[in-house]
Amino acid sequence: MSTVNLGLPRFPSGGPPRGFGNISATEPFPKAAHRELGNAQLRANLGHATHTIRDKRLRVVSELPDWEALREAGSAIKTEAMTRLPELLTQFEEQFTARGGTVHWARDAAEANRIVEELIRATGETEVVKVKSMATQEIGLNEYLDERGIAAFETDLAELIVQLGHDKPSHILVPAIHKNRTEIRDIFLEEMPDVDPELTDEPRRLAMAARAHLRKKFLSAKVAISGANFGIAETGTLGVVESEGNGRMCLTLPETLITVMGIEKVLPRAQDLEVFMQLLPRSSTGERMNPYTSLWTGATPGDGPQNVHVVLLDNGRTRALADQHGRSALHCIRCSACMNVCPVYERTGGHAYGSTYPGPIGAILSPLLTGVEAEENSSLPYASSLCGACFDACPVKINIPEILVYLRGEDVSGGTTGRRRRSLPSQMDLALGAASWALSSGDRLGLLEKGLPVARALAGRDEKISRLPGLGAGWTQSRDVPAPPSESFRNWWRKREKEAEKGTHE
Amino acid sequence: MSARDEILARVREALAPAEVGSPAAEVGSGGAEVGPGYRTASGLDEDALVELLVDRLLDYRARVEVVTSDGLAEAIRTRLEGKRFVAPDGLPTSWLHPSLAEGRVTDSREAPVDVVRLDELDAVVTSSAVSIAETGTIVLDGSPDQGRRAISLVPDHHVCVVPVQTIVGIVPEGFARLDPTRPLTLISGPSATSDIELERVEGVHGPRTLDVIIAR
Ligand code: SF4
Repeated sequence: MSTVNLGLPRFPSGGPPRGFGNISATEPFPKAAHRELGNAQLRANLGHATHTIRDKRLRVVSELPDWEALREAGSAIKTEAMTRLPELLTQFEEQFTARGGTVHWARDAAEANRIVEELIRATGETEVVKVKSMATQEIGLNEYLDERGIAAFETDLAELIVQLGHDKPSHILVPAIHKNRTEIRDIFLEEMPDVDPELTDEPRRLAMAARAHLRKKFLSAKVAISGANFGIAETGTLGVVESEGNGRMCLTLPETLITVMGIEKVLPRAQDLEVFMQLLPRSSTGERMNPYTSLWTGATPGDGPQNVHVVLLDNGRTRALADQHGRSALHCIRCSACMNVCPVYERTGGHAYGSTYPGPIGAILSPLLTGVEAEENSSLPYASSLCGACFDACPVKINIPEILVYLRGEDVSGGTTGRRRRSLPSQMDLALGAASWALSSGDRLGLLEKGLPVARALAGRDEKISRLPGLGAGWTQSRDVPAPPSESFRNWWRKREKEAEKGTHE
Repeated sequence: MSARDEILARVREALAPAEVGSPAAEVGSGGAEVGPGYRTASGLDEDALVELLVDRLLDYRARVEVVTSDGLAEAIRTRLEGKRFVAPDGLPTSWLHPSLAEGRVTDSREAPVDVVRLDELDAVVTSSAVSIAETGTIVLDGSPDQGRRAISLVPDHHVCVVPVQTIVGIVPEGFARLDPTRPLTLISGPSATSDIELERVEGVHGPRTLDVIIAR
């Protein structure tokens, strides 16, 4: 009996270690999504938000005659940066150090947290201000510091809302997008000690309350923690792109500045900024330019923090890099355009993805950082209808749908390492494994088709199966499966041919 | 093995040997011989540059006025008269009318004004290094006529002078004129947030009023 290889990939074991921290779902996506879908307020808030940003983005993108050329350049620069990464990282280190900064390296979340804690301890401070940063959220820095008696204050308005509300961000650009104005006012009234009890839910009043609340903190803070949108290898320059000025406050006023940056954020040349400073603002907030961008290179005598550090973070990035098919997920500049156009994100919201990185990019990046065989993230690559809207929106042209399909293959075949952590194969494995077994041989398929009349008996008189067991249950929750035909196509074809033969003989 | 060496080793291991530093990959903004494919010059003349910049700044709800260089000192005076403000020590003396002397606090890297004091002032006046018309972006680079980053951040009202010869058309022209190793601040309108139901609110932590005077 001959079998056909269906091309499900298998890789030798090994590869760089996985990342840890807030990049793993705590429950499978379908379960989380099901719960979030029940929240009508969330869905209304999200629908409004994603459509508003989407429209703004389209307007400002269509203004630029060379948008496609910029996307090409952005993609090419990122590809170059990845292939030259060892050299660029050491160059960045040299330059940053030469200009008065100190470079630290962290293999994973735990090591990065420890380094940051030690740097804060050395200053004798127990309070720090923070600029919104995906990397520090990924490593769970706030929680880590909190457990050790160091208070980290988020200063971005949305992050402040999330922090005061003891909540989690649901969008990488507007993390409190799941909260409406009344909910935000209630959080402020409850959690801000010095707030005006007459506070209304007008956005301006709320923003001013946040300004007043944080002002004293900014003026007295000695230590700030930030992320970085870019690190320039050529000059050792770091950059933060923001809107409110809380970033400028943190990057300018304190004496000590600690930046946590993923190793994939390094760009070869300062000139590359001319590309990314066009791609990023238009793709993320849908503005021609964001209100404020700060660029700093080590320490500038007499201007800004003099004690300047950067922690270069791996935490699974080298693992993603080792995956040739998934590597381009590291090109992501965290603009959020892909989640704003995603029909799945729009309905489930960011919390359903369980990770710091939600939406289409999260569905590929989280499993690439942890390894798709990490049980928690293995359902993420299925959180997509593969409509392709994310690919079209992505300013650095990451082919998210292609990587999703690839990761689904990996999930079923056991991942690149073969070190699958599940003790039992999931139903999806069994089902797809069975399909693979059956479809690769005509005889096996024939055997299976004999089961058709049984399945038909399962269906009622309306010829529909409305509840399948196991994995199939998810499918039949929202739709009916037509009863299988009484005989298979292949059977019918064979009979038809025989009858035709008979016909010619008579 | 140190974390540094281990991470670098992992990166090298992750990249197949043939890929590392392959010249074929160098096709970014500076790598290609044929040019980058996107626009690197706008070709706009001075009038068009000023018109575009004004349009963009108004769109961000900044205040904008275009004056001749003769009228600059007067334009600054009307904005700062009777106010307490900080100015960097390198600001041209001719820009500040004698009547402003009383309210003026001078800041420099050598003699910085304390941040609490800055917070009590009404305004700041600075020059600027480069402005990008297409995006309405003004760049400060910490030169003596722009001062330390803190002074253009803490006071609530920023009067910013844009000399007409510093205006360029598009983003690549802007970066071409800048030294990336200086502390750079790119400002596109007053600070703003859209974090509450995506409704834009101007003025959060940075200056709530951005007052631009274009001098030609
Ligand atoms: S994957 Fe692309 S579209 Fe999505 S956040 Fe990253 S850069 Fe933006």
